[in-house]
Amino acid sequence: MNGIHDLGGMHGLGPVLREDNEPAFHEPWEGRAFALFASTFVFAGYTVDEFRHAIEKIAPAHYLESSYYEHWMFAFEEALMKRGFVTREELDARIAQLKNGGH
Amino acid sequence: MNQSHGSATESNASIRVRALESLLTEKGLIDPKALDALVDTYETKIGPRNGAKVVARAWVDPAYKQRLLTDATAAIKEFGFSGLQGEDMVVVENTAQVHNVVVCTLCSCYPWPTLGLPPVWYKSAPYRARVVSDPRSVLKEFGTELPETVEVRTWDTTAELRYLVLPERPSGTEHLSEAQLADLVTRDSMIGVTKVSAS
Repeated sequence: MNGIHDLGGMHGLGPVLREDNEPAFHEPWEGRAFALFASTFVFAGYTVDEFRHAIEKIAPAHYLESSYYEHWMFAFEEALMKRGFVTREELDARIAQLKNGGH
Repeated sequence: MNQSHGSATESNASIRVRALESLLTEKGLIDPKALDALVDTYETKIGPRNGAKVVARAWVDPAYKQRLLTDATAAIKEFGFSGLQGEDMVVVENTAQVHNVVVCTLCSCYPWPTLGLPPVWYKSAPYRARVVSDPRSVLKEFGTELPETVEVRTWDTTAELRYLVLPERPSGTEHLSEAQLADLVTRDSMIGVTKVSAS
């Protein structure tokens, strides 16, 4: 599948932007997303192929605009839902609750 | 994520992560303290200083270097560096004739046990797109200008293999100890976008 993720050789993307003294995580949620992935990896039994396939399903514009850890979140939410550890409904309900200031 | 509670400025991504973490915690599938420990490990313990120790050892110990180039995974494990994203390592050696540089064009695969988590530029579209088609222009942006006679080899990571570049030992470092040499080795030199300098 030749999608937006397959960036090798693509032209016109501009210079490589670097950051001095870059932190491991730019925001606390990135660290939590990383740790969530690493802690669910074993019991959920993700495979690399599955993970990549999920990332390849991200819409192209969103893929380029969103951050690395958002790609990950997309992939392992999919994997956890597929295995029944959480449902879309549970997740959406919790997101709505948190947005309304709930804990 | 206990430090923020649905503030007006919290990003959607942050809320999503918090929602998933709280659900999985309630189900007893994860322990938030274990997540804290993981974040701390990757923020403070696992990083390019690990890879630098491997490189410095290879510079001072020819037998170790030989092991590193023939079975990198095992040689790196001698330091206790192993695990996630370091299961199948390959070390490529820079010489006066060959300069190696590493990328993952499809995503962001990177050797965590030796280099920690990748910098954003490594995961960025411009790096991944151009380092395979015009590596010299990318190296130039990193201040690395190589003579035309030097062959540049770009290694595109696969789903399983992780590459680490063994940079050239700079001249004028004959008097330095292994630990002092390790201090010279930078993350970028082990990705292959820069060389190691003697100071």
